Amino acid sequence: MNKTLHQVGESPRPIFRKQALQEGAARLLFTLTACISILAVVLICVFLFANGIPGMAKIGVWDFLSGQKWKPGNEIFGILPFILGSIYVTAGALIVGVPAGLLTAIFMSRFASKRIVKVMRPAVSLLAGIPSVVYGFFGLVVLVPLVREVFGGTGSSLLTACVLLGMMILPTIITVSESALSAVPSSYYEGALALGATHERSVFHVVLPAAKSGVMAGIILGIGRAIGEATAVMMVAGNCTSMPKGLLKGVRTLTSNIVLEMGYAVDMHREALIATAVVLFVFILIINVLTSTLKRRNS
Amino acid sequence: MTAKIQSKVYRFAVYAGAFFSMAVLLLIVGYILIKGIPHLTPELFAWEYNSNNVSMMPSIINTLLMTMISLIVCVPLGIGAAIYLTEYAKRGSSLVKIVRMTAETLSGIPSIIYGLFGSLFFVVALKMGLSLISGALTLSIMVLPTIMRTTEEALLAVPDSYREGSFGLGAGRLRTTFKVVLPSAVPGILSGVILAVGRIVGETAALIYTAGTVAKVPDSVLDSTRTLAVHMYTISSEGLYINQSYATAVVLLVVVLGINGLSSFIAKRIGRSHT
Repeated sequence: MNKTLHQVGESPRPIFRKQALQEGAARLLFTLTACISILAVVLICVFLFANGIPGMAKIGVWDFLSGQKWKPGNEIFGILPFILGSIYVTAGALIVGVPAGLLTAIFMSRFASKRIVKVMRPAVSLLAGIPSVVYGFFGLVVLVPLVREVFGGTGSSLLTACVLLGMMILPTIITVSESALSAVPSSYYEGALALGATHERSVFHVVLPAAKSGVMAGIILGIGRAIGEATAVMMVAGNCTSMPKGLLKGVRTLTSNIVLEMGYAVDMHREALIATAVVLFVFILIINVLTSTLKRRNS
Repeated sequence: MTAKIQSKVYRFAVYAGAFFSMAVLLLIVGYILIKGIPHLTPELFAWEYNSNNVSMMPSIINTLLMTMISLIVCVPLGIGAAIYLTEYAKRGSSLVKIVRMTAETLSGIPSIIYGLFGSLFFVVALKMGLSLISGALTLSIMVLPTIMRTTEEALLAVPDSYREGSFGLGAGRLRTTFKVVLPSAVPGILSGVILAVGRIVGETAALIYTAGTVAKVPDSVLDSTRTLAVHMYTISSEGLYINQSYATAVVLLVVVLGINGLSSFIAKRIGRSHT
């Protein structure tokens, strides 16, 4: 796209002084609004770290991160169970969501007719638009009883959370992977066909590897969504504070720990919760860096 | 022969995956609608909330207020930032890079972090308390990157010949931006704003500790309120009002999906008018 003129070119010289003043003021104003997002990120970092790091230091960073017990009443603050909870839940969500999402993306970009795609695209964005509290409620009234009936236990468990989150990250993975797959030049696919490969083999062995980094970007975005989800996970995961014991036992994630206890926490307990958010925030920042590195490599 | 079987397996897997995804969607939407619609009783829409009627009316009004205030704050900021990025900034300037990077960071931050930040900053540090305004300000930071990105895309889609023509007629940059570029980008910006509304309406985690959970229409912006999504969260986690929860879920789902549908409808129309 040609955008040289308004990007690089000099603006026409203002003739009147009043106009020059207006132009200058406008430029300043727009620059300031652009700086709001910088300000927001700085404020978020400052407030989280300033409120969280001292608490973490008082508990002891290592004790905090590797402690296996969370007993705010006894001033014992170890968040290893929640770190593991978040990681397990996210991994489980990927196991459920990635194969289904990727296969759906392959279907949409290389198998389905245009008519079907026309129906599926809005359906996928519909799935993306459902609020997390509705997902959570669905999990509560459908998945929890289902898991209880089929596998026993209370039903509020790691497994339930994984399945629900897997559903929630589907649209992210489908949309990003589909556009990556569709961006693969058709000559790749045609070349594979010309060499005698079937349609399926061409798609899976030629097109899919070519779209690898785009698919990876989708998966990382999905990880970000899964690890940051609070409401829905909290409603189905059981939330017990002990170390995760199994697929059918309750888990608590970093996010749900904050939501569950922030309402009544004071003093040290409150600081420990903010420190929990700091840990989550660091996870998210790492994921962001990964995403932008992948994006840069793509372009 | 094995290649043939492999192809069949692939084909089967692809169809199964696509079927699974669509089944998930149908299951969620269908289940909520079927279970919820019969429970949509008039008393759920009574003006005052109490524990007998579990009315969602105050929450609906609060949601409208919350959306309005958030938009008043974030739409001008987001559009201004996008104008800076597309119309004013020099290409490759370091400020642009930093703005892009921070906007990307903001869009990756989960809502609970926004909620916690809002409660530390707006509620405690700025002494706004659990209130409508704390919640709205928190949400406006949260949706800022959405508005920035969609507006930027809309502005970039405006052909350069428009700008050249306007400059050629002697208009300054400001005039060109407001009289020529922005008007032709309105549909794109609108679809972004509607997308942001969808996010605001569906949000819970960022609001529980910034706007609080008081189920009544606030007297001032400094009063605590509960939006429909938070209302839904509260009554479904109390576990006493399962039927009312279904009904509330229907309203929430229909509203949010309607909003998103409207946004993509507008976006699609722009796509058509440009080709």
